[in-house]
Amino acid sequence: MPTITFITAEGKEHAVTAEIGRSVMEIALEKSIPGVVAECNGSAACATCHCYFDPAYADMIGAIGEHESDMLDFTASPRRPESRLSCQVRIADALDGMTVRIPAMQ
Amino acid sequence: MRHVVIIGAGQAGSSLAAKLRGLGFDGRVTLIGDEAHPPYQRPPLSKAYLTGKLDADSLALRGPSFYAERGIDLRLATKVTRIIPAKKRIELSAESLAYDDLVLATGATPIRLPADIGGSLANVFTLRTIADVEEITPHIGAGKRALIIGGGYIGLEVAAALSQSGVSVTLVELQERILGRVAAAETSAYFRSLHAERGVRLVEGVGLVSLEGEDRVRRARLSDGSCIDVDFVIVGIGVRPSVALAEATGLAVENGICVDALGRTSEAAIWAAGDCASFLWDGRRLRIESVPHAIDQAETVAANILGANRDYRPRPWFWSDQFDVKLQIAGLNTGYDRIVGRKGAKPGSCSYWYFAGEKLLAVDAINDARAYMTAKKLIDAGRSPSPLDVADGVFT
Ligand SMILES: Cc1cc2nc3c(=O)[nH]c(=O)nc-3n(C[C@H](O)[C@H](O)[C@H](O)COP(=O)(O)OP(=O)(O)OC[C@H]3O[C@@H](n4cnc5c(N)ncnc54)[C@H](O)[C@@H]3O)c2cc1C
Ligand code: FES
Repeated sequence: MPTITFITAEGKEHAVTAEIGRSVMEIALEKSIPGVVAECNGSAACATCHCYFDPAYADMIGAIGEHESDMLDFTASPRRPESRLSCQVRIADALDGMTVRIPAMQ
Repeated sequence: MRHVVIIGAGQAGSSLAAKLRGLGFDGRVTLIGDEAHPPYQRPPLSKAYLTGKLDADSLALRGPSFYAERGIDLRLATKVTRIIPAKKRIELSAESLAYDDLVLATGATPIRLPADIGGSLANVFTLRTIADVEEITPHIGAGKRALIIGGGYIGLEVAAALSQSGVSVTLVELQERILGRVAAAETSAYFRSLHAERGVRLVEGVGLVSLEGEDRVRRARLSDGSCIDVDFVIVGIGVRPSVALAEATGLAVENGICVDALGRTSEAAIWAAGDCASFLWDGRRLRIESVPHAIDQAETVAANILGANRDYRPRPWFWSDQFDVKLQIAGLNTGYDRIVGRKGAKPGSCSYWYFAGEKLLAVDAINDARAYMTAKKLIDAGRSPSPLDVADGVFT
């Protein structure tokens, strides 16, 4: 199973093994990583699972959808080029070693 | 050691238990639910899960080891049968437990059709739990004929999911239009044409007279005089808050278990949250049936059990997925006197803004995430754009 590392807004690192096929948001909830709220449980309806993804993996995390992109324009913490809704990114082998930064506000 | 007992292991119950630990509570936490599954999400039950596009594991709200790792004593398939407030005890089927603080998070129960019009025939279903879906799925297949009773969000979602699986679907709505209780005529019209285009037969302003069949349901007689052949029926005519336990305990109940702003019932050591609880808001007793509300209210109650003394302030929002359309709703539209429509940037996207005078109450955003997110921020902040600006697409 790939390992990914969440970094909270305060800079605390949580390295976790993640099951292939689950979303990054689901992994964060399962491991109780603080700062990922996920009010809609992955329906891309709430934007409270916003995270900053390691740019080195940009080609491996799948393309951003139009609806997702529109939601990201209004997140509580500023959108950056590496912003994604973590419920829309699925764990794959190629993501081993990736870091995911959690914003200060959701 | 202080012991918090939560009755109902659904969305509110599980959020409350997790929040207690998140806030550092180190006493005992017991979470009791009468379903066989650990706490799971209900929204997919009428959407992707109904047609097999999601597996049961991905419905779970938390991973399998979550509760044990946090010292949350999760008891499944266990019904609480009685509360004895004078002794601060509850009774389960085989034992009794003492509590210091008790939370009712018992949710809601679907309304069934009366037996005398065929409501208890085989193959007549309601949809609330994984167990309900397990009963329905064997009947889903190309060429099957389903009747859905009730054109609210759940009925429409089920209609969309079934018809995408090749089921031929008829939906009857007794009121003059679908979504009549929850949305404006404009939103109803959008979904009416969406369903019609995708081949769902929508019949509005028509009631069910009776379901008929010998061994199982075979025909439905409608109030327009027609009679249709059916293989199965799904009843989506709303829910009632699960208040039996609260009533038997003598707690105040009015459109749900009455709670104060903190989430406390009429009994000091007993709290309630989620679909089962009614709270005062804008001078009336309100009950909200949605995931975000269940989470927020449960988390507020968790904090208040630990002494935070924080009033619950709802920030209602909701979503519905039908075919490839996503509806997102911000706010509560009760009391609106005018609707302002606004076209979205993309083809097929639009939003309807509900106003009472100059005050923005709610917005239905259809395939329009930008309108939804803008409206949500305005409503949460208590701000209202002018209706004219809304129509022009200008915001300040
Ligand atoms: C098909 C469907 C689709 C939905 N779609 C959406 C959606 O798209 N968006 C949205 O926001 N909301 C949606 N909802 C609503 C949302 O799921 C509910 O508002 C939410 O689950 C409420 O959480 P709760 O904890 O109050 O109740 P529940 O999740 O119902 O949990 C209550 C639990 O308590 C148990 N219980 C009751 N009495 C006892 C007892 N005496 N002893 C032990 N256990 C007991 C019940 O069996 C149940 O498991 C949907 C609901 C359904 C059914
Ligand atoms: S969990 Fe709601 S948008 Fe990702």
